[in-house]
Amino acid sequence: MEQILQDIGKQFKITDIVKKRDNLNFITCEKEQTISLITYLRDIKGFSHFVLLSVVDWIEDGVFQLVYFLNNPDKKIDIGIRTMISRENATMTSAHHLWEQIATYQRELKEMYGIDFPGSPRVDESFILEGWDDIPPMRREFDTKKYSEENFFPREGRETNDPEEYMKKKLYPDEEK
Amino acid sequence: MKKNSKLIWTPDRSKFPEQNSDGSLDVDLASQKYVKVWQGPNHPGVTGNMSLELTICGDEIVQAKTHVGYLHRGFEKLIERRKFIQGFTTCIRMCVAEPDTNEYNFSRCVEELSGIEVPEMANWLRALALEMARLQMLLRIVPGQGNTTGLGLGVQWGVYLRDLILDRFEELTGGRVYHMYITPGGVRGLLPDGFKQRMEDALKKIDEFIVDITKLMYNNAVFKKRTVGVGYLDPAWIDKFGVVGPNARAAGFKRDVRKDYPYLIYDKLDYEPFTATDSDIYTRSLVRREDLRTTVELIRQIMAKMPKTGNIRAQTPNVLHWKIPKGETYVRCESSRGEYGYYMVTDGSEFPRRVNLRGPSYVHAVSLLEKLLVGANIADVSSMMVSLGTCPPEIER
Repeated sequence: MEQILQDIGKQFKITDIVKKRDNLNFITCEKEQTISLITYLRDIKGFSHFVLLSVVDWIEDGVFQLVYFLNNPDKKIDIGIRTMISRENATMTSAHHLWEQIATYQRELKEMYGIDFPGSPRVDESFILEGWDDIPPMRREFDTKKYSEENFFPREGRETNDPEEYMKKKLYPDEEK
Repeated sequence: MKKNSKLIWTPDRSKFPEQNSDGSLDVDLASQKYVKVWQGPNHPGVTGNMSLELTICGDEIVQAKTHVGYLHRGFEKLIERRKFIQGFTTCIRMCVAEPDTNEYNFSRCVEELSGIEVPEMANWLRALALEMARLQMLLRIVPGQGNTTGLGLGVQWGVYLRDLILDRFEELTGGRVYHMYITPGGVRGLLPDGFKQRMEDALKKIDEFIVDITKLMYNNAVFKKRTVGVGYLDPAWIDKFGVVGPNARAAGFKRDVRKDYPYLIYDKLDYEPFTATDSDIYTRSLVRREDLRTTVELIRQIMAKMPKTGNIRAQTPNVLHWKIPKGETYVRCESSRGEYGYYMVTDGSEFPRRVNLRGPSYVHAVSLLEKLLVGANIADVSSMMVSLGTCPPEIER
């Protein structure tokens, strides 16, 4: 793994190398170089299995952290490649040409985070949220509680199981009256 | 491979319209040559809450699109707003059929990011729970394959035997479906008195079931006719699509997380994952039957080799005030359908920043199934779905 990281470092600008386990490392790469790095790892370094494409919303920093997670089935090693993209007009180069399932991930991220992947197949088709017209719901600023209070209403006659409320009723029944 | 090569059915795809570069298809429904058919969400041949939008020409499928969202409950979003111990009870609902893999992955992520080492006894019990979960799942999937071709008897046997394993789960954990046994820091309890004998009694019945289901299903001429050479998954597609687990093993790829990345106590167990090469529906089902045999053997080994008693919980912080330093990790285990992973990010607060599930069905039921169905006969759709082990809750977490 050390040798692979050294080789990557010679050709790509990588930072924040975190060795999580002997066979698991996380690195950060610039947005412009990310797809080239993934292609290099797949074609030259044997990371033939694409595991996961995920996003972390760092709203306080104004960035999305995209994570491409690759696996080398022969050497049994994993690498997570982070790349930061701006939350405003979030766009990333599509990687659907590398692995078929990436198009599905990109379609989901477009819907859930509003990140666009121009050129990715069916990226504009709704994946789970058919007819959704609010902000992308997995963004941190989307308040699930507020949304449910505005769109749904509590069932009448439903008793609360909140421990505080329950103990209050039990210990001070008169107070409520 | 050679034996079945003549049987592998390859439709004449030249008569189908060409797909555009963005995956769309120009089909003129007004020509009356094509018909759109929805298989699901309410259909006996669909594996759970999903549907397939099929464009067919005669009996053959020209295009397939997977539709999910019938079950979406926003678990990953909910977990971001809950404390770690609350997130634990939420994440297990992501897969109803085999929730223990969620328990393990979530707990392992929390432990790894908190720097907690779990006692050895707890690791043995965790492995036992995971194998029991795999066993009850395989008892549904293996005979379920026959059900897609009209062979319903095996399913009734499987339901009975699965209930025996759920009985063992009930006495071990208190729950039949959701167990919440593998918790962050360890497990909730030791084996009850007489558990091993009662488990052995159930395993003996499963041994007999494997013999019976082989005679009933795998040697059945109709079942073979419907599954041998059908739904062929090209080995070149394994990495191209990210196929894992039994589906990859049926195509000759010896991939098993328990062997490749040993976790818990799997390095102390003696077994070899079964692989085959024909890569059709029959072979994928055969691999699952052998997985069932392996799982029975592994449970016996675990019960024989595990210590009689020991500490089952590590020291953990107060669960209501559990803060985890900033970090990230990826943890995986082998579910009955293949690699099952969790990516967790923490930011130093009492809440996870991000929890992302990587379920095998995300690949198997969407991108792979959509490609595999092109050219298939509409009567084989259910068999293909079951043979790929599709499970929609993993897609719409």
